[in-house]
Amino acid sequence: MTDTIVELKNIRYAYEDKIALKDVNLSIPRGAFLGLVGPNGGGKTTLIKLLLGVLTPQHGSIELFGTPANKFKDWQKIGFVSQKANAFNRGFPATVKEVVATGLTAQIGYLKFFTKKHREKVKEAIELVGMSEYINQNIGDLSGGQQQRIFIARALVSEPEFLILDEPTVGIDTENVQKFYELLGKLNHEKKITLLLVSHDIGTMTSHANGVACLNKEIHFHGDTEAFHNLSEQRISSFYGHDLNIVTHNH
Amino acid sequence: MSLLSQFFEFEFLRTTLYTGLIIGLIAPLLGTFVVVRRLSLIADGLSHVTLAGIAFGLFMDKKYGLAVITPFTSGTIFSIFGAILIERLRTVYKAYQDLAIPIILSGGVGLSVIFIALADGLNNDLYSYLFGSVSAVSKQDFNTIRIIAVIVLTLMVVFYKELFMLSFDEEHAKVSGIHSKSIHLLFILLTALVISASIRIVGVLLVSALMTLPVASSIRIAKGFKQTIFYSIIFGEASVILGIVSGYYLEIPPGGTIVMVLIAFLIVTTFLQKVWLKSQRKKAIV
Repeated sequence: MTDTIVELKNIRYAYEDKIALKDVNLSIPRGAFLGLVGPNGGGKTTLIKLLLGVLTPQHGSIELFGTPANKFKDWQKIGFVSQKANAFNRGFPATVKEVVATGLTAQIGYLKFFTKKHREKVKEAIELVGMSEYINQNIGDLSGGQQQRIFIARALVSEPEFLILDEPTVGIDTENVQKFYELLGKLNHEKKITLLLVSHDIGTMTSHANGVACLNKEIHFHGDTEAFHNLSEQRISSFYGHDLNIVTHNH
Repeated sequence: MSLLSQFFEFEFLRTTLYTGLIIGLIAPLLGTFVVVRRLSLIADGLSHVTLAGIAFGLFMDKKYGLAVITPFTSGTIFSIFGAILIERLRTVYKAYQDLAIPIILSGGVGLSVIFIALADGLNNDLYSYLFGSVSAVSKQDFNTIRIIAVIVLTLMVVFYKELFMLSFDEEHAKVSGIHSKSIHLLFILLTALVISASIRIVGVLLVSALMTLPVASSIRIAKGFKQTIFYSIIFGEASVILGIVSGYYLEIPPGGTIVMVLIAFLIVTTFLQKVWLKSQRKKAIV
């Protein structure tokens, strides 16, 4: 078992003539709960696509679980909750159970069917996110926060060791955001899942994560949340290239 | 003479009813995916391309007396090519994906008009292709329709989980490593086959109705996707049986009666859903 989940070395990626990432070095150890912050267009989504194998870097190397990304096969070890997940068609007639089961489709593979074991896994994942009582409801009938939990269950059902979440709290009210972070804490502590959370909400995120990385084409800061809080506001604003109001939530 | 005794006496009636039962199953099954993916118009586009194929078959038959290719077979072939063409057009016009359908639809009608004129104009045969018929399914057509049904049902069962995943969240399917382009192409080809199989009974102009209207009713009362498919098939089968029987007695092409039955189902389910919602609200207040 390797102790480094992700190792990025000198990553460069450009879209035609627009540089998205340059000289990005980032290492994520097993068990981390890393928050990734940065301005829009700072390369966060590009970084995620590289980690998911959707894009390949033009320069530099990516290792996932100690294996070079181009040779990596265990994609079910990596779960992903997209920012666009809750942009689905609300009228789609699918139950919570049916949606979560799609998280197993790729793992089960072509020409094979769902078995009792898979159905058990689906139930467990829904229980883990605290949505058991909605298991047979249509997903369109749930609130935004509840839907987000279902998409996390969909990512968890294949039992990933590393979970990437892209702006998962957009459009969710404050109370549910709090519950959402409690769920992430539980996954990190009890299930030992390594988390990478992309978020605009620096304040809430830093009070739950145990590490922060700032990305604006390159990594400007990577350290624990303590060190991040000790950074001067000018320095943080300089990563962003503009002034920034950071609301800190101290517990 | 009762319908039952006529059913045993006339082979054509049996063939029609069996064909009806087959399409009452496969059209709403595919239709559920077509509706949730918001591709209802593709069915219309493809049915008009199928019409061009049928007209081509009629023309060949008339001009050269070629029995090698029946209008049904040429319709099926055109439908499959139409499906592939729609997919190509959708990638050409990435920003205007819905443009593929009017191009295909008008192309299909345009070609149909030309072949129909070359085949010396409208005749009874063509009328039955447009609106369906209770006596048009030949033994040969019926065999092809059975083969189509076996292919469609087998592939739908085998690829159900991938098709469902792709329909619900295309991006998630792609990121998870599902071959979304191939699965999508398979789906469109199956749709083309179902359309050509259904045309003899419901007709070119109303074939898309048999795919989408049962789903429109089902979606109002079902919970979940499997249940939506199940109710859609029930509505599909019921409409085909009632439509063929009433069409036969009233001497009306079954396309018209089937669609009117489906519209009636739609009105009833919408009403039931409203009543149900009202009672739920009352419960909530009490």
